[in-house]
Formats: sequence, structure tokens, C-alpha cells
Amino acid sequence: MPMKRRILNYWRRACRDWNRVFLEELRRIVRDEGVLVFCLLLPLAYPLLYAFIYTGEVVRDVPVAVVDASGSAPSREFVRRMDATADVLVAARCADMDEAQRMVRQREVYGVVYVPEDFARQLARGQQTHVSIYTDMGSLLYYKAMLTAATDVALGMNAHIKAEHLGATTERQAEVAAQPIAYTAVNLFNPQTGFAAFLIPAVLVLILQQTLLLGIGIAAGTAREENRLRELAPYGRLSGGLLRIVLGKGAAFALVYLPMSVYVLGVVPRLFSLNQVGQASTLALFVVPYLLACIFFAMTVSLLLRHRETCILVVVFTSLPLLFLSGVSWPGSSIAPFWRTLSALFPSTPGINGFLKINNMGATLPDVAPEWHWLWGQAVVYFLTTCLGYRASILASRRRHIARHRAHS
Amino acid sequence: MKRLPLFARLVLRELKRLGRTPLYLFCMVVAPLACCWFFSSLMSQGLPSELPVGLVDQDATALSRSLARHLDAFQSTAIVQRYPDVASARRAVQRGDIYGFFYIPKGTSRQAQRQEQPTVSFYMNYSYLIAGSLVYRDMRTMAELASGSAAGTVLSARGASGEQVTALLQPIVVDTHPVGNPWLNYSVYLTNIIVPGLLLLFTMQITVFSLGAEVKGRTARRWLSLARGSMARALTSKLLPHTLLLFVTGSAMLVYFYQVLAFPCHCGLGTMLLVMLLSIVAAQGLGVLMYAMLPTLRLGLSFASLWGILSFSLCGMSFPVMAMHPALQGLSLLFPLRHYYLLYVNGALNGYPLLGAWPYVAALLAFALLPVLVARRLRRALLTIDYQP
Repeated sequence: MPMKRRILNYWRRACRDWNRVFLEELRRIVRDEGVLVFCLLLPLAYPLLYAFIYTGEVVRDVPVAVVDASGSAPSREFVRRMDATADVLVAARCADMDEAQRMVRQREVYGVVYVPEDFARQLARGQQTHVSIYTDMGSLLYYKAMLTAATDVALGMNAHIKAEHLGATTERQAEVAAQPIAYTAVNLFNPQTGFAAFLIPAVLVLILQQTLLLGIGIAAGTAREENRLRELAPYGRLSGGLLRIVLGKGAAFALVYLPMSVYVLGVVPRLFSLNQVGQASTLALFVVPYLLACIFFAMTVSLLLRHRETCILVVVFTSLPLLFLSGVSWPGSSIAPFWRTLSALFPSTPGINGFLKINNMGATLPDVAPEWHWLWGQAVVYFLTTCLGYRASILASRRRHIARHRAHS
Repeated sequence: MKRLPLFARLVLRELKRLGRTPLYLFCMVVAPLACCWFFSSLMSQGLPSELPVGLVDQDATALSRSLARHLDAFQSTAIVQRYPDVASARRAVQRGDIYGFFYIPKGTSRQAQRQEQPTVSFYMNYSYLIAGSLVYRDMRTMAELASGSAAGTVLSARGASGEQVTALLQPIVVDTHPVGNPWLNYSVYLTNIIVPGLLLLFTMQITVFSLGAEVKGRTARRWLSLARGSMARALTSKLLPHTLLLFVTGSAMLVYFYQVLAFPCHCGLGTMLLVMLLSIVAAQGLGVLMYAMLPTLRLGLSFASLWGILSFSLCGMSFPVMAMHPALQGLSLLFPLRHYYLLYVNGALNGYPLLGAWPYVAALLAFALLPVLVARRLRRALLTIDYQP
């Protein structure tokens, strides 16, 4: 049965070749310090560092200075209530605005609360009175903390004052008269309105893509620098077989990144008790196309880089624009169509949005179908571009090889 | 060429090296300016507007309709969809169609008329922090207004004048004065630091790269002997062209921010240019230290990259350093971007004189002097280490 034999032989050889490419790539990952830093050390350590930085989640007790020009019982009440909030800490009481400003300049306080001289008088007369807050705008979170504290205190005191003025007979009556329609705010998916819960999941997903870009880029650069002609897939050492090379190399990185993504996306959020409401099976099904898209995207990019160090210079800085393009921080609905189209080229955009929906909001696979399909599309397209690139590279290598052979004979 | 002074010859040599590798120009001019354009165009609105929100109106009366109309009129939010119940609206949030929704239950207006204090609620998705806060702000204002208008009706009916009604409804008003950024413009507060931060990242990377390239190309010995063995002369002549090029890029950014986009700059452009120059030199000094500590091109570059990316978190522009662990507060001082940020807040935002913030200036100068500490180590590395492929 020669036919059957030939097929068997073909497969045997294909598997052997595949195995060799796979092992060679694994060896390169382990031996190259650059690849090791980016593919093992960085995904292991960086998420921990980030989670540690943002572990406070929210800003508490922002120190502020108070200028109480009124010095009356209600103004002291206002200041006392401000101090009692979780957001603000009254760090100093100043005689005038000049003194308070000096403290802001020395960064001892991040804002000033000014209670005007006629505060108590106006309240007693049934007139409206204004409390001013001045905030350092170095960080919007200072502003947010001071505004929240001042608004809550003002609303609380207002309710009391209203009740007194309206002369209601029962407390309930006063309450209803002051606020005929009550309201509740429900905070979905990030109960603490924390900074970590919002930023860390996106960073985790992005880390996987960026480190794959760096690792695969450096490994490809090393492969090029190992031979004189700087060829990615030198002719002669492999007996052809485009798929064997591409799949062999891809599988080596997939082997490293499967456990890595379990750690980055599954263990790290748990370690820092971040939101984790998604189902593990949904997440697993979602991560597979993301990793494939990232690996083939990185292999396509690596075809364009000739030196291994180039890749570090070209890839690292893109992390910030990519984070913003994903629409986590700057809302996606406000991103211009041009940038939105550009962002669709990168696996990180659907990856981050899909992960956020599954992990933070408990979405199921049908809920993230658009992202899931897009990632599969990217995986297929980048697989094809990788194959085409390697094919061109192999053909060029063969041409050079033959030309050199002719010149010698 | 022989007639030129020694230093000029060395500078010329570096300029030729810069010209030969396009990567230098890409990292020092093209990429930073492209990022400058990207961030300022992405956030050109300053504040996101027309964020999609939903409405669940089970009351369906004149009151609820007027509520919805008012909410739609706010600048940051736009009602894009109505949902029959909370469950379906919640699913829409989960899919990412809307950032939040307002829920008016059945019987709200009837209860309000009977003085039974009905409750309306609003839901927002804080997984998107900026969008969530803006939606919250609009919806809370809306709810307050609704309650106020209902109470106002009652008070007017009892014979209170318009002024009295306002004073009664809201006796204490909070006036906010966000110093230096009165429009709460996100672009001002993000672009202003991220773009210079990327420039400083490139500065550290390129400094390491240019030193490592001498070792990789086996030209380090020749370079040092051209400088007659003086490490100081070799380093300054090599890094001076970089400084100038980077400073031109940095100046272009600042002129674009403060002149074209008219971001607040209360200390004058000159002061910010000085701060930029100091930060670039500081990042170069740190870059030299990095290469001297890890004299392998790949590892040195990795170090510079990790430090540069970390500086965006530790400079405190988004999440304040004050709220971090004390160890991180100390660590943050080791990042040039942290000092740039503090000088920017001091000068451009608050308009205080540069002298008042002298510790940060001194810190930047200290970074710039770091190469003095490691000069011997660097010379040994340049002379003895062979590039390992």
C-alpha cells in the first residue's frame, strides 16, 4: 500500500518538523534574557505592582484648609460635618485666604473651604448663602473628593434647615415637604467606585498583548541575528512547510501564555479582591481567540522588525495610546470614528472590552458575541498575514541560496 | 574635519550616527509628536458629551416625560433608548450599549401629588469611571431638580415668593472653584502629563540605546579613544545632540498646548520650557545610570521601558500619590516625571513662582548629575563587555 505509506510518512515528517520548530522556539524563549524579562518576569510581576499601586481604590481624607470667616454656630457645624466625611480631612483652620493659599502652595493641603462672613446671618434671615471650595486641580480625584463631601454636607444641613422653616408638625411631614420625590443611586459593577476596579482589568488584558508583541519581536530578532543574512526562516534548515514553521512557533508562545493568562486574568484579580463576577468557562472561551489573535498579530509585526532591540523601542510606548483607544478611560462613545476604526486593528480593543464585560459585569458569551467574533476574525486575518510574510521570507531566502550556489559552481 | 575642535568632531560623529539609523529620529521626533497629536485629538472635546443612557419610564405621565426631556437636555448625557423594565435596561448596560439608566417606577407622579414621597432611582456603570461619574452627576442633578420643582409647587401654593422658594429649597449652596482648570477639561489634565511622559520614556530608552549601540557595533573603544579617554567629554558630546533634538520636540509640544490649544499656563511659557529642558536632561542622566547598572542592551532597554511606563502611574496625575502606600510615596520621587508633574501643577496650573518649588528643581538636577556617580563603572562596561548575540 504505497499510497497509505506515503501519507503516513508525510505526516510523520510534518510532525517531526513541527516539533523541532516548537522546541527551538521554546529554547529561544528560555535562553534569551530579553524574551524572559518580557514573557515571564513582566506578566508575573507587573500586575502585582499595579494592583499594589491602586490598592487604596479611592482617595480618603484629602487634607483641606478651612477659612471660617463667619465663626458662628452653623458655620462650625458645617466644618465639623466636613471633617467627619470620609473624603475630606480638615487639616488646618486659617485666619484668611492668604494663609490658606500659602498652605496650598506648600502642598500641605489640596484645597480650601471658605465660609463667608454673613453665613449665619443669611441663614437666619431665610436667604440663600454660598460656601466656596477651591481645589488643586493636579488630580481630578481631589476635586471629586471635596465636591462630594461639600455637597453631601450641604444637602444634609439643608434638610434640617428646611424642616425648621416649614414648621412641619411631624418629622416625616417635614421630610416629605423638603423632598417630595426621593431618589437612590445604584452603582452597578463597581460598588466602591474604585480606581483599581476600573483600571486594573484593562491593564491586565493589555499586558498580555504587549508582552507577546515584545517577546515574539525579540525572539524573531534573535533568530534573524543568528544567521548572517538576517533571515527569519533560513532556507535549508527546514525542509519547507510553511504551516509547520508558523504553527510551531505560535504553539510555543501559546504554551507559555495559556498558564500565564490564567494567572494574569484569574489569579491576580482574586489576590487583590477585585471584581470577579464572570464565569470561568466563559472567560476561558473568550481568552482563546484573544491569545490567538495576539500571537499572530505579534508574529505579523515581528516580520517588519529587523533588529531585536527595535521592537522594544517601537512597542513599549504604544501601551498608553492603546489603553485609551480601548474606551475604558475616555468613553468609547466619544472617540472619533477615525480612531475607532484604527483601534479595531488591535486585539487589545475587543479583548479589554470583552474581558471587562465578562469579569466586571458578569456578561455571558452571547453578550460579548461582537467582541468574540471580532477576535476570531483578527486571529484568522493575522494568521494569514503571518503565513504570507513567512512565505515571502522563505522564498527570498531560497532565491538567495540558489543564487549563491550558482555563483560558487 | 581635522581642523575642528575635538568636541565638535565628537558631536559631528554622533550626528552622523543619528542620521544613519532612522530609529533615532522616529523615537525623538516622530513618535512623540504623533502621540501629542493623538491624545489632543482624541480628547479635543475636553469633556465627553452625549454619553448614551437609557430610560425606564413605567409611570408614563406628564411629570415623567418632563423629567426625561430635562435629562436629555444635559450636555454630557443623551437618552438613546427606552426600556420596558429594569432587567432589560441592566442587560443593555452589560452589553455596553448604555452607561446607565434612569428608572421612574409606576405611580411616581400620583404619590408625589399625595405627598407620599415616591422614590426614583438611577443606575450607572462605574466600570467606566469617567463615563460613570459624568452620568451620575447629570442624573443626580436631575433628581434634585425634580424634587425641587415638586416642592416649589407646594411652597408657591402656600404663598412664598420666588426668592423665598429658592432660599428655602437650597439654603446652603456650594460654589466650586477648580483652580487653574475651571472647565474640568480632561484633556488639560491627561494630555499635559501623558505626552511629556512619553517623551521622557523615549529619552531614557534612546540614551540607553545609543550607549548600547556602541558596544553592539563594537565602536565603544574607538569612541572613547576619540574622546582622548575622557568619559565626561565622550558622554556630553554624545548626549548633547540628543538633548537639543528632544528639547525641540518638547518645545513644539508645549507651544502646541499653551499657544494653539490654549491650555492654562499661569507661569508663562518660558518657565514650562525650562522645566521641560530640566526634565529631559534628568531623564538622560537616569538613562546613563540604567545602562551603567545593566550594561546589556536588552536588559538596559527593558529597565528603561519598565521605569518609563511605571512613571505614568507613580507620577500621581490620575491616582494621587498621597493615597498610595508610604513605600510607593517614597519610590515616586525616583521618577523624573513625578517632578515634572509637580512643577507643572505648581507653575502652569497654580501660577506660583518656580523658586517656591525648588526641591523638585533640585531633584531634577540631581538626576542629571547621576552619570558622575557611575562614570567609572560605565567606562569599564564600555571597554570590557562584548555584545552577546
